[in-house]
Amino acid sequence: MIERITCRPACRRERFSRRFAVTALIFLQVAVATSIPVQAAAASEAPALKAGVFSPPRQAPDFSLQGSDNNELTLSHYQGKIVLLGFGFTSCPDVCPTTLATLAQARRKLGPDAADVQVVYITVDPERDVPARMKQYLASFDPTFVGGTGTAQSLEAVRKEYGILAQKKAYGSNYTFAHSSYVYVIDRSGRLRALMPYGHAPDDYVHDLKILLQE
Amino acid sequence: MRVRSLLLGTMGTCTLVLVVWAGFAPIAVGSRDELFEIPKGTWARRMAGEKIGVLPDRIRLTLGIRDILLLKNSDDVPQIFGPTLMMPGQSFRLPFEQASEYQFACSAHASGQMTINVDPNPTTPWARIAWRTRELLRDL
Repeated sequence: MIERITCRPACRRERFSRRFAVTALIFLQVAVATSIPVQAAAASEAPALKAGVFSPPRQAPDFSLQGSDNNELTLSHYQGKIVLLGFGFTSCPDVCPTTLATLAQARRKLGPDAADVQVVYITVDPERDVPARMKQYLASFDPTFVGGTGTAQSLEAVRKEYGILAQKKAYGSNYTFAHSSYVYVIDRSGRLRALMPYGHAPDDYVHDLKILLQE
Repeated sequence: MRVRSLLLGTMGTCTLVLVVWAGFAPIAVGSRDELFEIPKGTWARRMAGEKIGVLPDRIRLTLGIRDILLLKNSDDVPQIFGPTLMMPGQSFRLPFEQASEYQFACSAHASGQMTINVDPNPTTPWARIAWRTRELLRDL
């Protein structure tokens, strides 16, 4: 009571500031304390693979195309291996060479395990991509890479099964393609497990392939 | 006069506490998934002429907080959803680890493309305040 009578405005301001600071501090501590455990829980749900994962995975549709080695190319032929399946064309100026170089580097980084990883690249441009041209082009990245070509209809049917988009576009007197740029990851049992978007580093492929190779 | 001062003081304190909290408290979310779902019956409704948009042209994610795109096809037929073809009942979970703009070919969009913007993790107080404000506005 005495304090209330004798306290001047300066004193009241100081008391108010003190109460204000204490209240703010308590609120802040409560906020921080209640936030940390939830954030830790959210962080623990990080996915195992760097690629996008399908759940449940479906069986990858089989196909029969003309291989760049002039043999019949089927997906089932590679059952027991992990297949990295991409779609593109040999005249592609940027996306395809980048992707193929990434896949080649990933295989090199895998060492002996690379024997269990097969890259299959299916063309969206059958007009220009004949087997010999595909073989020469793919070998410049990695001689184990296999290309697939065929009639426009058979290739379109494969693209439809895999949800791949490819659109022919005029480019001066020439033409090019806008196409899906990701790579499918098919496991040893032939299941379509994951999809790696364009732009991922070789180490991301190595990371995922090591996990899948151990299954 | 005294009641008014007390009221103003309380409001000021609360605002300041809120701003301090928004700027300094770690951002906590229950899940890092940003879910988009094709509801059951979408295909039938589309066939009936209805225009249904499930995925926006542009999706915004934030590293470390909400950085996983989760697509789910709850319809009865296979659908091209975002970058890929999805079977009925199937989901697709795509994580992002780098802040950037990602473009995906997507026939479900009029432009033929879907863009995903992944923002950096908001580590500064202002960035946290901006993130929380954006989330609040989105929820509203």
